[in-house]
Amino acid sequence: MTLTVDGLRVGDLVRDVSFSLGAGERVGLIGESGSGKSLTALSIMGLLPDELRATGSVRLDDRELLGASERELSRLRGNGLSMVFQEPMTALNPAMRVGRQVTEPFRVHGRRGRSAEELLAAVGLPGTARAYPHQLSGGQRQRVVLAMALANEPSLLICDEPTTALDVTVQAQILSLIKDSLSENAALLFITHDLAVVASVCERVLVMLDGEIVERGSTRDVLTAPQHEYTKALLAASDLEASR
Amino acid sequence: MSALVEVRDVTRVYKRRDVQALRGVSFDVEAGQRFGIVGESGSGKSTLVRLLAALDRPTSGTVSFDGRRIDNLPERKLGFLRSSMQIVFQDPMGSLDPRMRVRDIISEPLGRRSPERVASLLEAVGLPAEAASRYPHQFSGGQRQRISIARALAPNPSVLLADEPVSALDVSVRAQILDLLARLVAEFSLTLVFVSHDLGVVRHVCDRVAVMRRGEIVEIGAVEEVYETPQHEYTRELLAAAPNLRAELARLSGGSAQDA
Repeated sequence: MTLTVDGLRVGDLVRDVSFSLGAGERVGLIGESGSGKSLTALSIMGLLPDELRATGSVRLDDRELLGASERELSRLRGNGLSMVFQEPMTALNPAMRVGRQVTEPFRVHGRRGRSAEELLAAVGLPGTARAYPHQLSGGQRQRVVLAMALANEPSLLICDEPTTALDVTVQAQILSLIKDSLSENAALLFITHDLAVVASVCERVLVMLDGEIVERGSTRDVLTAPQHEYTKALLAASDLEASR
Repeated sequence: MSALVEVRDVTRVYKRRDVQALRGVSFDVEAGQRFGIVGESGSGKSTLVRLLAALDRPTSGTVSFDGRRIDNLPERKLGFLRSSMQIVFQDPMGSLDPRMRVRDIISEPLGRRSPERVASLLEAVGLPAEAASRYPHQFSGGQRQRISIARALAPNPSVLLADEPVSALDVSVRAQILDLLARLVAEFSLTLVFVSHDLGVVRHVCDRVAVMRRGEIVEIGAVEEVYETPQHEYTRELLAAAPNLRAELARLSGGSAQDA
């Protein structure tokens, strides 16, 4: 699997964004609110709001995703391509038992798969299949979302600030769950504003500012020897201990 | 000399939902201290903030401010507390009236118009004087938090109660607001009570910290001691779980051998 984003543009909000992601790679996309991180992710998923249009090219192997029909994209989403959002409560159906929700990717894609119990147990939630989302904590809900996203063993998983709404101890659990449960050949695009998180999860980083990628490289190079002024400023601001 | 804020054996039970939000909390905040309260969701931080500000009453126990009990006073007798203790909330957009101009927001606690005072407060929080005639929506999140801080300072309080004041902000803005708070606390000789889920942030601004879990204080002490030599299992767990940029950077620059 290779994801190739080439000259992606969404109005003025994302400009000339290009990068590629190969099998097994874990890449972080960092930047502050309004920098265009989430729009980049939504463009890849074909989930941009109606009033926005992406131009350029997003290819999954040889298939062009921009401009692909909804029918084609639906076949990919939750299958080859899946996404975990920041707020699990809005990603889950409040009126459906979580057991039925985690197996939905199988039904939608006409596959047979593991049982709800098995999928939930794999994310550390045995015996919760009959629960509704509101009966679970925030961290448990995010585990359910992750179980759904991983059900069909996607070749690309996009996580958009998956732990930002969670408590620190829960955040640590979800991060290690993401690292451990992603299959070796799957690629990960991990969006976050937290440099410590990106350092612990990703081997490569893209830094976005005002809709453009201003710096890219291995996590080590970018975080220990940043070249762009903005990356330097971001590091300085994130390192509260330095200025204490 | 008694402490500025005294909390004794406070419990708070929400009967209808059968939740014990606080189970016997006691601590003192001395004048001039920068007192941090850390805990995860459900630890009772927010309930505690409401009790400290006399926006709610404890089920049992007492809360005193400057030697006077405030937990049993009716609102009309809380005037002294309302001007001496000011709160900065997490979400400035939710705590600023969108239809008031900044000058009216800032002068509201004064009960009168005072362009000079508004100008000096805006200057203190690093906003231009023209900001006075604008509306909250015309500002960024960080600037709005500066407006809330200016409003909080307006009645010359002795205590600033900050409830997750930087949790909704981007990292670069977060550092600016924290530095601003630290500077103002020093400049106006304020006592700061700073509530956060973020250990790093509390360490940055506070000199004393209480760690809460499930309605109880599990550990309390000087910031350096609690962070360097945590005594309680839960504090250690929290510290270990918190993403630590320093440690990650050290690992990254430590060479390729171990992470290959």
